[in-house]
Amino acid sequence: MTRQVRTGLLVVGLLGFGALLVAALLAAPPSGRESHPYGDAASQISVQRQNTPNVISSINFDQRGFDTLGEEFLLFASVLGAIVLLRPTPGDKQVEVSDAPEPLDAVRALGVLLLPVVVLVGFYVVATGHLSIGGGFQGGVILATGIHLLFLAGDYKALRRVRPLPLVDVDDVVGAFGYIVVGLVGVAMGGAFLQNTLPLGTFNTLFSAGTVDLLSVAIGIEVGSGMILLLGEFLEQALGSQSSASSSGAGT
Amino acid sequence: MTILPYLVAAFLLLAGLAGAVISRDLIRTIVALSVAQSGTYVLLLGIGWRRGGSAPVFADVDPGTRTVDPIVQALCLTDVVVGATVLSLLLALAVKVHQSSGSRDPDALTELGG
Repeated sequence: MTRQVRTGLLVVGLLGFGALLVAALLAAPPSGRESHPYGDAASQISVQRQNTPNVISSINFDQRGFDTLGEEFLLFASVLGAIVLLRPTPGDKQVEVSDAPEPLDAVRALGVLLLPVVVLVGFYVVATGHLSIGGGFQGGVILATGIHLLFLAGDYKALRRVRPLPLVDVDDVVGAFGYIVVGLVGVAMGGAFLQNTLPLGTFNTLFSAGTVDLLSVAIGIEVGSGMILLLGEFLEQALGSQSSASSSGAGT
Repeated sequence: MTILPYLVAAFLLLAGLAGAVISRDLIRTIVALSVAQSGTYVLLLGIGWRRGGSAPVFADVDPGTRTVDPIVQALCLTDVVVGATVLSLLLALAVKVHQSSGSRDPDALTELGG
């Protein structure tokens, strides 16, 4: 198929699809409306029955905790997939890791200054997922980003030392299976899998909301180590090994 | 009461699809896909928006305060996670394609190689 034919088909298809899509959206309930019965019900359950101020965490880790289990293993599987795809192939030759080009002094200073702050914020966001905005997913990404400030500050070797990838592998598994273990606590207490059977504590304090915070921490470990593994694989790909094909591929 | 967020979502989806089809670079195809996907974020948040509502977190406001719909926000979080993981897998595939064929132009990839 030539480019012209393909573009022509694209225009026709997009016009038709766009017209149907807009027609459907015009008939949908408009944005900004007053009535959200399911959302109100979820808020009520979260605050009044489950003692969880952050309704989104309550939905993710309590009301539909089983869905989040699936989501977590989706993340796990895709990290695994990326590692398998990016593994060194026989054609690659390992070269000694060299640091990336020297960064500006300002970037280096900012990276070193922000590193502890960002990592601390990451821990905070993971640990208080049931109370304030955030939770395991967001905090895990902040943690992984914080550690990679070391790379931005120009010290790839230091980054490799603070996150030995085989240990992070174990972390990833701990996060994934921690979620299941917390779920089994519900069974052990005589309830259903992932049922929130732990004491709910006092509203709006750190040790409250039962399993919500534990699941949030498990997800934080899983997401943080998953992100570190992913970024680590891509960085190794770019800096650590040089494949014969890409080096002969004329610097495209 | 407005449908503007829906129209923005539709525009992002269509623009992303168009970009994915006409792109001549695998990385740009992947970026276009993530543009198309961000349309779904706007759509979800648009569905859950309530005029004048605040975030559905009751740590420092009274229960019963007007908030936006928390369910679609939780779905949007799922959406972001799925989007990021799919993005990383696609980028890994693009790296491997570039290594084995030396090109990032999808039109140049005409034959399968082992």
